[in-house]
Amino acid sequence: MTARDEILKRAREALGGGFQQPATPPEARIVLPEIPREARIEPFFRAVTNLAGKAYLAKSYADAREYVAAVIGEGPAVASNAPLLAESGITYLPGVQAGFTDLQALRQACASAAFGITSAEFALADTGTLVMLSSAEEARMISLLPPVHIAVVPRVRILTGLDELLWLVPQPGLSTSSMVLITGPSRTADIEQILVRGVHGPGEVHVLVI
Amino acid sequence: MRRVSIFVTCIVDQLFPQIGMAMATVLERLGYAVDFPEDQTCCGQPAFNTGYRDEARSVARHFLKVFRDAEIIVVPSGSCTSMIAHHYQELFADEPERLAEARRLEPRVWEFSKFLTEVAQVEDVGARLDKVVAFHDSCHGLRELGIKEGPRRLLSRVRGLTLREMDTAEECCGFGGTFSVKFPEISGGMARTKIDSIVRCGAEAVVGVDASCLMQIRGALSRAGLPVETMHLAEVLAHR
Amino acid sequence: MSGPPQEKIHETLVNIRLQTAIYTSTARLADHRRTALSTLPEFEELRTQANLIKRHTIENLGFYLEQFESNAKAHGAQVVWARDADEVADFVWDLSKRKNAQLIVKSKSMTSEEIDLNERLAHHDLEPVETDLGEYIIQLAGERPYHIVAPALHKTRYDVADLFSEKLGVPREVEIEKQTRIARSVLREKFLAADIGISGANFLIADSGAVTIVENEGNIRLTTTAPKIHVVIAGIEKIIPRAQDLAVFLKLLGRSGTGQALTVYTSFLTGPRRAEEIDGPDELYIVLLDNGRTRLLADREKRESLYCIRCGACLNHCPVYRKIGGHNYPWVYSGPIGAIITPQYMGVAHEPWLPFASSLCGACGEVCPVKIDIPKLLLDLRAEVHADEAERGQGRLERLGFRVWAWVMRHPRLYEIAGLMASAVLPEDRWFARAPGLLNHGPLGAWLSQRDLPPVGKSFRQMWRERRKAAE
Repeated sequence: MTARDEILKRAREALGGGFQQPATPPEARIVLPEIPREARIEPFFRAVTNLAGKAYLAKSYADAREYVAAVIGEGPAVASNAPLLAESGITYLPGVQAGFTDLQALRQACASAAFGITSAEFALADTGTLVMLSSAEEARMISLLPPVHIAVVPRVRILTGLDELLWLVPQPGLSTSSMVLITGPSRTADIEQILVRGVHGPGEVHVLVI
Repeated sequence: MRRVSIFVTCIVDQLFPQIGMAMATVLERLGYAVDFPEDQTCCGQPAFNTGYRDEARSVARHFLKVFRDAEIIVVPSGSCTSMIAHHYQELFADEPERLAEARRLEPRVWEFSKFLTEVAQVEDVGARLDKVVAFHDSCHGLRELGIKEGPRRLLSRVRGLTLREMDTAEECCGFGGTFSVKFPEISGGMARTKIDSIVRCGAEAVVGVDASCLMQIRGALSRAGLPVETMHLAEVLAHR
Repeated sequence: MSGPPQEKIHETLVNIRLQTAIYTSTARLADHRRTALSTLPEFEELRTQANLIKRHTIENLGFYLEQFESNAKAHGAQVVWARDADEVADFVWDLSKRKNAQLIVKSKSMTSEEIDLNERLAHHDLEPVETDLGEYIIQLAGERPYHIVAPALHKTRYDVADLFSEKLGVPREVEIEKQTRIARSVLREKFLAADIGISGANFLIADSGAVTIVENEGNIRLTTTAPKIHVVIAGIEKIIPRAQDLAVFLKLLGRSGTGQALTVYTSFLTGPRRAEEIDGPDELYIVLLDNGRTRLLADREKRESLYCIRCGACLNHCPVYRKIGGHNYPWVYSGPIGAIITPQYMGVAHEPWLPFASSLCGACGEVCPVKIDIPKLLLDLRAEVHADEAERGQGRLERLGFRVWAWVMRHPRLYEIAGLMASAVLPEDRWFARAPGLLNHGPLGAWLSQRDLPPVGKSFRQMWRERRKAAE
């Protein structure tokens, strides 16, 4: 008997029956607070800064470009292929490499970059979270390897919270192999419960809302 | 005249009789006629907690017999109350008649502080005690019966009494029945953590609603040579 | 069949530094939890929902396992079923050989500790490198995790300094931030060179065939992104029905475990990378592990321990764990959850003392985010231990003691006589530290080893009779 057959058989016997379609699972609370879009920015920023992230409201593409340029200086920075970054001109700032489609090249660039610049699919206002979906436009490593992560989010993408995300996207797997919720810079308290940032992931996170 | 029966519990009967007397005094002052059914012994909790269900059941049957006709039973212990009011129903799950008796018992059995605040509906019993005290939240009382604010309200009405909060009020004192003698070093360690925080808060006495906790705490205080007393809530409320 | 590790427990209790480390670390985690819950007014409602969803899932486990498998495969994952530790290790070894893997990196997974995966792979010279900082430290030290969520809770910066300089050949460094940088750069190389990344899973999502994993460091993201092959090892009880259920479970897990509304990274992984995606693993294997879970499933009264989401809150609130720490428990799972699942997995005869190492204070049940009634299960297990002992003809003396005790308690006159005897023999006017002669052994002696006993004088019933007589 295969392991699969045996385990399912044991489970069946343990529960005293076959495996019919069970009744609908009990309710999972999903609450969508009525908060107008503009009113979400301030709590979002507060949540981001409470976690030692840096938040910035860009008034224009030029403003956003200036902010990023000030942060990255001469780089080296890697930017994702997100159209928003190209449209805003961030991709073309000096010191920024972008347009990677080859895994090895991307990996090398990210491993030596000081800054990773990405867009974000959504943001969650109540927890200060960035929602990253892996795609042809957004590689996973850019927000992971470099020690500083800069994310640019359109303000219409700020959701009220996790509930709204799961309500909007009940099946993330239909569009991507990886949805990652990023809530603050990487951290640990594994040694003597003392907080240290930037363990494996970025220790510094900038969130630009456009 | 309203009547209540009292179940003093085996530990109060044998080791802390003054707690039983104090409780009876407070009840009488409030106008209750107090009845003490003499055949009472124990609720069976020690056996139940140690995993000897048959033995616990046999003692519980005796309890049911003794208190069959009692209208209200007042108990100076959170853990014994929860044993009788809740765990008897588990014990007699397979005995329909006794299970029915246990169910009928549930609304009639009252831990002392809850009896005062919810049945007698009093908070000021005319007590006086010039002391600085801290209240220890006994685990079963706190988590199974929700006893937390009641005793503090009662204590706040005692003239001359100052109530302090120790920073480990809700942490277990380490008694746990046979745990205290099966794992004495861990139990003793837990007691010492408790008395350290008692000393820190500067209380002259620790007050509680469970004599077993008070025995554990006082035993540790005594061993450490500390002059802090322990008093059952009943003793405080009987004091004038 | 063994007794409690009295020597080791004693050493832990007298080690002041360790006592302080355990006490303050757990206090901090408990405090963070309390603060985080103060901003979650719907906490009790979520707990109830979590309990009901878990019960529904566990009671229909076969159905959801099949649904998960089908959806996982539809997205390109391969699903492997493993009956026990050997089958998992064999699978990983076999896969490594087929893929010519030289280096495996691994993120924190209690399930992998449960099956001694590292030891088994070490036999093939393929021991995975732990990448979670706490796990990395204890791997270097050759120890087990001290706590479900904080594996190196018992280590000081000086321990870590010694460890790093000895095992990594770096100059001794006692600053915690610098120690973290050292680990970061050593492990960064490993991530980028590794052929296989092994992770656990916090939740397996049946309707999506997806795996959800939470972390703060970023090592899980790296483990599941950088190597070409990702292997997930998860107990079959990790299943929840829908992605939307995460709205309940993620809120409970972060807050209960570390006091965070959400951990820094929450990964929702569905199959290996898609054709158009630039990075991510080419292959994803999800190993569904039984290892006795189906046995727990069969026990209707106690199967609720399978609801556990491994948050560690029960440890942080357990007064016993906070005194004896994680290494005095016989298995990788410590604290209250360990105390109930160890006998469930290993049988009550394995470490029969374990369910008794509790004062039944109930703090664990009070904080459990999925409402496992741990105190009730401890009581059930105690009864089972004695039933098992009775069958083997063991534990006769204690049982006899309770039989006699019950007999006395059913006979009020005997009970009174026993009381009179005690007061005749023991001091009646003061708290005392020593009993007469032989009474200093057994339970009385155990009590007196730690604290005094009260005087034994007149009983309440005697006083009551006297008072009544005086009134007449």
